[in-house]
Amino acid sequence: MAVSSTPKNLELPPAMIEGATAAADWLIVWPVALPMIGAAILVMARKRPEWQAPFAFTILLATLVANFMLYMRVQGEGPLTMTMGNWLPPYGISLAADSLSALFSLVSAFIMLVVILFVQSEIEVRENKFGYHPLLLLLLAGVSGGFLTGDLFNLYVWFEVMLIASFGLLIIGGRKIQLDGAVKYGFLNFLATTFFLIAIGFTYGLVGTLNMADIALKVPQVESGAIYAVAALFFLAFAMKAAAFPLNSWLPASYHAPDPAVSAVFAGLLTKVGVYALVRTHLLLIPQSHAYLQLLIEIIAGFTLVLAPLGAMAQTNARRALGFLVIGGIGAMMAGLAIGTPTGIFGLATYAVNSMLVMTALYLVVGLVERMGGTSDIRKLGGLYRANSWLSIMFITLVFAVAGLPPLLGFWPKMVLVQAGIEMSNYWMVSLILLNSILTSIAGTRLWAHIFWRDGREGVNSEQINTRIRPLPPRAKVWGLWPAGMLVAFIFVAGLVPQPLFKAGATAAFAVYDPGEYVGAVFGREAVAQE
Amino acid sequence: MEIALAFLVGLFFAVAIYLLLSRSLIRMLLGIAIIGNGVNLLIFTVGRLTREVPPIVPDGEYAPLEQIANPLPQALILTAIVIGFSLFAFLLVLTYRAYQELDADNTDTMRVAEPEDSPRPPLSY
Amino acid sequence: MNTVIFRTIAPFLAALMILFSVFVLLRGHNEPGGGFIGGLIAASAIAIYGIAAGVNEVRKALVFHPIAVAGLGVFLATLAGFMSLFVDAPFLKGLWLFLELSDGTELALSTPLLFDIGVYFVVVGAISAIALELEEDEETR
Repeated sequence: MAVSSTPKNLELPPAMIEGATAAADWLIVWPVALPMIGAAILVMARKRPEWQAPFAFTILLATLVANFMLYMRVQGEGPLTMTMGNWLPPYGISLAADSLSALFSLVSAFIMLVVILFVQSEIEVRENKFGYHPLLLLLLAGVSGGFLTGDLFNLYVWFEVMLIASFGLLIIGGRKIQLDGAVKYGFLNFLATTFFLIAIGFTYGLVGTLNMADIALKVPQVESGAIYAVAALFFLAFAMKAAAFPLNSWLPASYHAPDPAVSAVFAGLLTKVGVYALVRTHLLLIPQSHAYLQLLIEIIAGFTLVLAPLGAMAQTNARRALGFLVIGGIGAMMAGLAIGTPTGIFGLATYAVNSMLVMTALYLVVGLVERMGGTSDIRKLGGLYRANSWLSIMFITLVFAVAGLPPLLGFWPKMVLVQAGIEMSNYWMVSLILLNSILTSIAGTRLWAHIFWRDGREGVNSEQINTRIRPLPPRAKVWGLWPAGMLVAFIFVAGLVPQPLFKAGATAAFAVYDPGEYVGAVFGREAVAQE
Repeated sequence: MEIALAFLVGLFFAVAIYLLLSRSLIRMLLGIAIIGNGVNLLIFTVGRLTREVPPIVPDGEYAPLEQIANPLPQALILTAIVIGFSLFAFLLVLTYRAYQELDADNTDTMRVAEPEDSPRPPLSY
Repeated sequence: MNTVIFRTIAPFLAALMILFSVFVLLRGHNEPGGGFIGGLIAASAIAIYGIAAGVNEVRKALVFHPIAVAGLGVFLATLAGFMSLFVDAPFLKGLWLFLELSDGTELALSTPLLFDIGVYFVVVGAISAIALELEEDEETR
């Protein structure tokens, strides 16, 4: 190879961006940077517990506004990207937001805002007040970073940020059950990210780049069949992260261990990042692998759809049962991915939004149930309908939403998924999705009947009222019941008026199926047109 | 050279998976450490091995004067080492605490979160 | 481990290591070195001092909680990224400021340096927090 002698006659290829970057393009940085910087400030102010909540709330409000503006901008003008450090892509790390990632990031910020209010109702009962707020902000930074990044290795880093923050949240308080859950959660999730890293290494070896848009351009030229192995590795790693059926054991082992607010955040956000990464790697990066893996994804989706609600029925602990319902939702999203048409991804995106909102709300409501009944064991609960009928109404609404009964929010994504399955004549998938709805509603209403509807605990004469129930303390009413109630009301209204959800899901699915827009946004539209 | 390193990576993975299948947390921890090193070696190997000088641009120059080694895998590995190190430290402390609190190094006896003799779910309303 | 020799030497050794860590930190960017390695050296110094003098002594000497130090590091590193907002460049662009000192030497201040200092604090804080936690445990047994 020729070695250049002096730098004077050396032709350097352009590596830096020439033009100025408008301050408006910084919109994509704020959803990640704001919670990050907020977490740092809160960690420094650890001696000031009274500052934590108002500051975290302000930061989250600003993050939500930034996310909303980003979403509107992406809806209006197409994908928005920024490459760090003035380097030209693919040399620098790109952040890239299309309709799908901006939508997920927006919903995550909204959920975190609700949960940070709910946390205020729990903090009084915990001695260790420090840690919740910075870790929740850090978790949001990790989740948003994962959604908004346009670089595979950067995605790995955000996964680890999420993992560190969730470790911290899991063990705050240090009860035995938390340590036990954290060991299982920690080892298995770390293993999943390690598999992801292996896949990244092979991708780099085969394609020579880790920028997602660049990979999408270069993968068609890769002739080696090893690209299918890489796709399978990505599938293994993200299916583990998303807790799909044979790899789901860490989720019901750990999600009921921490405080209810933390469980709610985990259920709402963590597994969905795995699903999002699956969609990205399988439809944007290595689209030719879809036909190859379709049967596997179908089988996994089918088992997840049926076994998860059955698992929920076999539980005596309400929060563990909810963990299985989270997995059931993952099954529905996997079904959308297995069908793989634009309609299927449309169903996946809308179902993910539904699942994020509804599962968070369910965990919050069960958290309040635990405050009243002193346990989450459904055999010892009962009679909460009389004690707090609003809580009972909220719970049954959410159960119907998660099962997908009309006119609630969960019905519309399931309808789209069924439609997608019929379009592809995939009647097996359709019947399994419907079976999942039936089983989920049985599992959910069973929980509701035991916790709320019957008069007393198991084996007690029905005339005897459950005397162990205490009313909610005033603080839990203000900071617990109200935020959860507002979230349920939001879900109810969003179910009655599904047009915004449909519009968001349709544009997201379209964005996934038209990678040209995404790639064009990263590299500049003219550059791609030339190739 | 790549072939030899590929075999070494395979050996690392084999050892790590064997250790991870163990019931003892300490062995699993060692497995995690070894699989991390295996992955780093893998990234290093797929980045193509070249016997070149380190990728450092001399003072006063704008480009390296001679062929240099590929710096990107090195940057990736450095990041992965840092992350792996911090997570390993966390898991180590966690395992230690779990050992103190639960008095268990054996995952089979760690059943606080998922009680072994958990009662059957209520069969009737 | 807790011999007279070690206890006498440890403060000097720790001081020397922290000095060296700052040297390694500032040497970074164009030469081997930087925030991560510097931070590791400083964290080892803190750990050594902790073994010799006891964890309470170290916590008193540090004034701030190690995790708060790590928070400062994240804050500084993120701040370094935001500097480029004022020059119409993307996030994290490196900006340089060359100061001519009175005796003719040139002092290069840059956002990568600020970022590296942030990394230094993150590593010092996080690693010494873990180390002190583990050492504290050993003492109480």
